Amino acid sequence: MTVEGGVQYSKIAEIKGPLVVVDDVDNAAFDELVEIETSEGEKRLGKVLEVGNGKAIVQVFEGTTGLSISGTKAKFVGKVMEMPVSKEVLGRVFDGLGRPKDGLPDPIADKFVDINGEPMNPEQREYPKDFIQTGISVIDGLMTLVRGQKLPIFSGSGMSHNLLAAQIARQASVVGTQDDFAVVFAAIGVQYSEAEYFRRSLEESGALKRSVLFLNTADNPAIERIITPRVALTVAEYLAFDLGMHVLVIMTDMTNYCEALREISAAREEVPGRKGYPGYLYTDLSTIYERAGKLQGRKGSVTQIPILSMPSDDITHPIPDLTGYITEGQIVISRDLFRQGIYPPINILMSLSRLMKDGIGEGSTREDHSEVANQVYDAYSRAQEVRALAGIVGKAGLTEIDLKYMDVGDLFEKEFLSQAIDENRTIEETLGILWKIVSKLPKNEITKIKDKYIEQYYKEE
Amino acid sequence: MAAKGRIVWVSGPAVRADGMSDAKMYETVTVGNAKLVGEVIRLTGDVAFIQVYESTSGLKPGEPVIGTGNPLSVLLGPGIIGQIYDGIQRPLRELSKISGSFIGRGITTTPVDMTKKYHFVPTVSVDDEVVGGDVLGTVKETELIDHSIMVPPDHPSRKITNIVSEGDYNIETEIATTEKDGQTISLKMYHRWPVRKPRPFKSRYDPVVPLITGQRVIDTFFPIAKGGTGSIPGAFGTGKTVTLHQIAKWADAQVVVYIGCGERGNEMTEVLVDFPKLKDPRTGKPLMDRTVLVANTSNMPVAAREASIYTGVTIAEYYRDMGKDVVLVADSTSRWAEALREMSGRLEEMPAEEGYPSYLASRLAEFYERAGRVRAAGSPDRDGSVTLIGAVSPSGGDFTEPVTTHTMRFIKTFWALDAKLAYSRHYPAINWMNSYSGYLTDTAIWWSKNVSKDWLRLRGEAYGILQREDTLKEIVRLLGPEALPDEEKLILEVARMIKIGLLQQNSFDDVDTFCSPEKQFKLMKLLVDFYNKGQQAIREGATLADIRAMPIIGSILKARMDVKDDEMSKLDQIDNDMQEQFKKITGVKVIN
Repeated sequence: MTVEGGVQYSKIAEIKGPLVVVDDVDNAAFDELVEIETSEGEKRLGKVLEVGNGKAIVQVFEGTTGLSISGTKAKFVGKVMEMPVSKEVLGRVFDGLGRPKDGLPDPIADKFVDINGEPMNPEQREYPKDFIQTGISVIDGLMTLVRGQKLPIFSGSGMSHNLLAAQIARQASVVGTQDDFAVVFAAIGVQYSEAEYFRRSLEESGALKRSVLFLNTADNPAIERIITPRVALTVAEYLAFDLGMHVLVIMTDMTNYCEALREISAAREEVPGRKGYPGYLYTDLSTIYERAGKLQGRKGSVTQIPILSMPSDDITHPIPDLTGYITEGQIVISRDLFRQGIYPPINILMSLSRLMKDGIGEGSTREDHSEVANQVYDAYSRAQEVRALAGIVGKAGLTEIDLKYMDVGDLFEKEFLSQAIDENRTIEETLGILWKIVSKLPKNEITKIKDKYIEQYYKEE
Repeated sequence: MAAKGRIVWVSGPAVRADGMSDAKMYETVTVGNAKLVGEVIRLTGDVAFIQVYESTSGLKPGEPVIGTGNPLSVLLGPGIIGQIYDGIQRPLRELSKISGSFIGRGITTTPVDMTKKYHFVPTVSVDDEVVGGDVLGTVKETELIDHSIMVPPDHPSRKITNIVSEGDYNIETEIATTEKDGQTISLKMYHRWPVRKPRPFKSRYDPVVPLITGQRVIDTFFPIAKGGTGSIPGAFGTGKTVTLHQIAKWADAQVVVYIGCGERGNEMTEVLVDFPKLKDPRTGKPLMDRTVLVANTSNMPVAAREASIYTGVTIAEYYRDMGKDVVLVADSTSRWAEALREMSGRLEEMPAEEGYPSYLASRLAEFYERAGRVRAAGSPDRDGSVTLIGAVSPSGGDFTEPVTTHTMRFIKTFWALDAKLAYSRHYPAINWMNSYSGYLTDTAIWWSKNVSKDWLRLRGEAYGILQREDTLKEIVRLLGPEALPDEEKLILEVARMIKIGLLQQNSFDDVDTFCSPEKQFKLMKLLVDFYNKGQQAIREGATLADIRAMPIIGSILKARMDVKDDEMSKLDQIDNDMQEQFKKITGVKVIN
């Protein structure tokens, strides 16, 4: 990202946290891009958070370490922050602000796009309904992903969310199409090894040349993380809506993003909402997540899989909580299942895909999909209740039917949920296992499936 | 004299401008060179504090601010039905023609098509005395909506000096004039009304007629009355939106106003895709012909989100004044409250709980008080209603947070969504122990007249079984189900059947999505009868295992999906079979 032109000011009134207050400013605009120059001539980027009465409050992405009141200059560039985009971004690696990190020059821009994007007109959206086969049974069968959806992974520290996200990125395909696809990966404050894992995984599957990577690792400036998802989505939108590609955007870890936002809010001395996060956290997150979708009359789509780690595995923490209110479902990783060594360790009862109902059924997966999935959900939920009960009263206190449900729960975890990291199951295989589970139940217990499907698929052993 | 000022400060959606001593509170203004729409929310000296309804990115101090002299208003007239508006009544379909797939800024366009012609049939004549609220004539707005053209509510009593004859006119045409003391007022098919001011009416009635939604747990257990208020709080993933969509689809109202306030874009798209395809079960016409959408999604400017609730309720009141039953669904009032909080924070007001402004409760109260069943102003006599249903999105699913607790003070029906039920895929995940309805006894009169005299008694019995199960569950948790005697096990069994066969409802199943009052009653009766027969059988020597083995159970539980609304005889057949099977199990035991 190069900066040309602009008006320079050198009267710095205050430096606190990530903020610089510039005095005697007479022509700055809200949200404008600012180039800060240190006394040593180092250049950093920032943007205007507040302007008026001769003052401008500037948020510096690379942090304020080493800035001084006397030697710092601020250049107001006269435009908002923009990302140069073109087809050439494919296969490239950028830093968290969208500057090349692979030693190659800036890609030749087809155009410059405001990284904040504009809200999609809901009337112009196309309702997402194209089933994406991830090859992972639990996702395809019970929490189906569709093109244009935003489906986050709620995880906790140290669990296998990255393996899962990388497996999705490798295997995701829409059955019966040969459309162009691309992967945009945004590392937000994660460890270098995690970012590298994704890069290698994409490389090994041959998808790297169809990918764009934005890397802000844990040792990079924290405030930069405000920008990383936005530049990534700006590129994704360009690939999707200008070039007609189906783009899968993986953003990890959104918790780091929210913490950067909190840091700025605290520095501005704003009235905090819950747990010190700003009251506008929901609105701010929505300007990221709502950039997923499809548009009428355009070929491409932006599908988002944001990953976030729930502090202390607490799903009611403001970050997963507000995310869940915006996204179209969630995939919840369970510490219990992870400890048992099950992969993918997904808690199906807490997980959900809101768009599943429109992505499955006759013509995309199979007509019995929704009903058999409902029955398995119901059975597994019963199995969990029975397990809890058995823990107190022992197996002897259980009825015969209770014991049946316990078996169903075990079978579910062993044969359906568990899957190898390179195992790619078709939707037919996935539905086959679901029916195998349902067939363990006596017919009288099957209340969510129509008789005609039971006749067709139920197979008593 | 319109105020003309200059921006002195910008921070997000909040702008301060000086030179604004002529501005009025809640006056709309245009802000900056981009002519963004804003509203004055505080005046200090000649400085006006303005909330801007569009993105302020790129706005600079020094740019002009110009007052319009008018408060934030909506245009009310034919052409509103079927539209999708943003929070300040800009038609999103028209916006897309100007700015494409993404929403641009500073665009002005009219809320309805001013050139479209409607067939106007006058109902008053020259020399008639008219006053605010009087009907001048009617037009057919959509297949489903006969639209009354009314004299604006603030119009004084005057004589009609001219009225057009029956014919096709666009809404800009002067259709009538009134005159008094040489002063003429020109009336068109539309007028404007400030959104923050409730439209006047003659008198209120008690809400006693149930709003039939076709959702069993609502209609049968926790009903809402036409003109009543209800709230549906729930953590994410508990099915708020699906439940609200179901109400918007199937409620027996003539007009539905659906406000997507700070929610997902795709949810509005879903309504736009589904509703034109779905048929109103009562009229057979597309549901879109009675629906208005107000969509200010989460990523659209936050100040317009605050306005969207008022825009919606004003439109609802307008159709109420025609004598229609209107349902307004607001998803979600929590996002609206957050918008209030954000502006309050920028105004540097002293915060109350969780940073929300201290006036949160009074704003919620004012909103819900705009519900009601009323006799409209003017003549002829028209009775209409506005039913308000607000979703609440409590943070962390915690019902003790401020928006939920304040809302509970001002509503009468409370549908508490429960994450645990949702996790076990019990939908709608309305918790029957925590929910309540203040309209139960009032609406029972309607059920008694129109469905069955036994309704209230049977509902009490069915609910009693659920309550007893709730107590027994505690014992089971400690001792296991085997510790209970058969008659108590039967309670657990029938409670399970009530949950599966009555409370649960699959909104994606063609048959189950809507359930007629008659079917609701018959299903409930079947289950209560089953319970009573079961207890009798146990007294006569049958075991729970005998009862559980009855094949009829499967038919009872699937009746909600298998039996269509026009096949009530099938339910009678199930009832007969049930009686027969009970005879069999008790008969066997007696011989032994």
